[in-house]
Amino acid sequence: MARDLEEYLRPGIDSTPFCPGCGHGILMNLILRAIDGLKISMDEMLFVSGIGCAAWIPSPNFNADTLHTLHGRAIAFATGAKMFNPQLNVMVISGDGDLTSIGGNHLIHAARRNIDLTVICANNMIYGMTGGQVASTSPLGALTSTTMDGNRYRPFDLCQLVLGAGASYVARYSVTQPLLLVSAIKKSLRIHGFTFIEVLSPCPTQFGRRNRYDSPADMLKNLMERCISREEADNFSDDELKDKIVTGEFSNE
Amino acid sequence: MGYRVIDGTFPAGHYYFSGNEAVAEGAIAAGCRYYAGYPITPSSEIMERISVRFKDVHGVFMQMEDELASICSVIGAVWAGAKAMTATSGPGFSLMQEAIGYAALTETPLVIADIQRAGPGTGQATRVASGDLMQAKWGSHGDYYIIALSPWSVQEMYDQTIDAFNLAEQYRVPVFIMGEEAIGHLRERIEVKTKVRVFDRIKKKGAPPFGTNQDDGIPPMPSFGEGEKLLVTGSTHNEIGIRKTDDPEVHSRLVNRINKKILNNRDRIIQTDSYHLKNAEVIVVSYGFTARSALFAIEQLRKEGKRVGLLRLKTIWPFADKIIKDIGQKAKKIFVPEMNRGQIAGEIMKYATCEVIPYNQTNGEIIHPHRIINEVRRLV
Repeated sequence: MARDLEEYLRPGIDSTPFCPGCGHGILMNLILRAIDGLKISMDEMLFVSGIGCAAWIPSPNFNADTLHTLHGRAIAFATGAKMFNPQLNVMVISGDGDLTSIGGNHLIHAARRNIDLTVICANNMIYGMTGGQVASTSPLGALTSTTMDGNRYRPFDLCQLVLGAGASYVARYSVTQPLLLVSAIKKSLRIHGFTFIEVLSPCPTQFGRRNRYDSPADMLKNLMERCISREEADNFSDDELKDKIVTGEFSNE
Repeated sequence: MGYRVIDGTFPAGHYYFSGNEAVAEGAIAAGCRYYAGYPITPSSEIMERISVRFKDVHGVFMQMEDELASICSVIGAVWAGAKAMTATSGPGFSLMQEAIGYAALTETPLVIADIQRAGPGTGQATRVASGDLMQAKWGSHGDYYIIALSPWSVQEMYDQTIDAFNLAEQYRVPVFIMGEEAIGHLRERIEVKTKVRVFDRIKKKGAPPFGTNQDDGIPPMPSFGEGEKLLVTGSTHNEIGIRKTDDPEVHSRLVNRINKKILNNRDRIIQTDSYHLKNAEVIVVSYGFTARSALFAIEQLRKEGKRVGLLRLKTIWPFADKIIKDIGQKAKKIFVPEMNRGQIAGEIMKYATCEVIPYNQTNGEIIHPHRIINEVRRLV
């Protein structure tokens, strides 16, 4: 972590809890850069997270109020805090399993109500902390500790899901697109209403090693090759799009 | 901070309320300003009245997508500074159990009214039971302690809801109002007083929110937005909230404290009422709606000259162990009528040295006084 962001880190925190090659450390950095860029005081921020690796991004690392909750329920806790004290700037940071599988109901209902929350979903496409089981975001065919023959079921398109539920702003970027991500996080913090950012973050420990990536760097390179913008996607055939990940903003107020 | 007397939120006087309406008014009087709930029979009237009355007091009402979200949003609101509650019944209470354990470990003061219906399963949604008392005590995994109250009248639904908020704030613990369908839907005349005694949570800037050297074992509680940079987690944590998930000493200290802060203060928490206990050979121990039938029954039997008495438990958890031990030494027999399979009779057997006779009825109906009269008459 760059020294210029040290004031945003809780005193005594000198390393991240993440595995080597995990994308969550990059995301941690980018969230703080967005907050720094907007000059938001950490005293008005409340970070709410669920259970899983991504839930450790804010707790205990961020030097602000943090609420580390139950598996799947971060958005429900955040709703109570925000509705009772609207002065709090509430950001939910959690993983794909937490927010979209066990917590999927709260995600769509908070989007429907258009509650003023910023939700950052760190999507590593697998249950990392519990040993690499298949997730509702794992690609078709993915090898996981519970799908040794390959995942049989389609993953959610999280952005379309949350957009369909009524969110004010939805975006998808990879940690390999840091500048676009910082700008999206800034935008989501400025919008009053429910905002959702899906962040693709590689998990070399659980996903990479089972799916024939030789190194964490290979996973990052693969994301860089596969992530294309919506404009680029317009010029691709359906066949060419099959292996791509379309990134960008999916709605504007 | 601490106890103070404030103006009531409803004009003083006498009202004809249902038990559920009384819970809503008691909550508002106690300072509840956040409520989240999900519809379930037979508790829904609490939420309906709150949704209307919160407009008068600038409270925040949310009808959530399920009971999981209801209780979790209540916890979020409490840490944002609110006095908050939810109400439910058996199936919803089951869904809330994981979050109740979270609230116990994070020492989050909150109130849940469980208006009990006949279970298990979906059971009989519109029928009465007191089958959730052990669930209130043991429903979430791990070792923790809570407070559970058992009102027997509409007046007590109002008064005990105020007590529930005060106890929750004072001890930083979830408090349950274990009402029953029959009380929730009963209409009675109640008195609403001009003044209300309320407890506001203790705050101490910079003090650790999850540990204390004070004898009472209750740390002060800050809120989000006060610049305290709080670390709230449902994982094992030290006194400032840092996760310590492999430290045996921290875990043992935390779990012991959250249990002992209730158990060591139980003499101050537990409330009972006694009727005709002097010289009683048979003592009926009862609570909730059943205690109404029990009181009628023992008064009938006293008129017949039978030496019978009634101990009414207004607090179920922590359990009145010392009082039960005491009456067990004085009486020959203890009779325990319950609308469950003997949940409290079993607890009484732990502490009473005399014979304990359970009477269990699980048919979705109240226990009529004549049944108690017939049973107790045989025992004297």
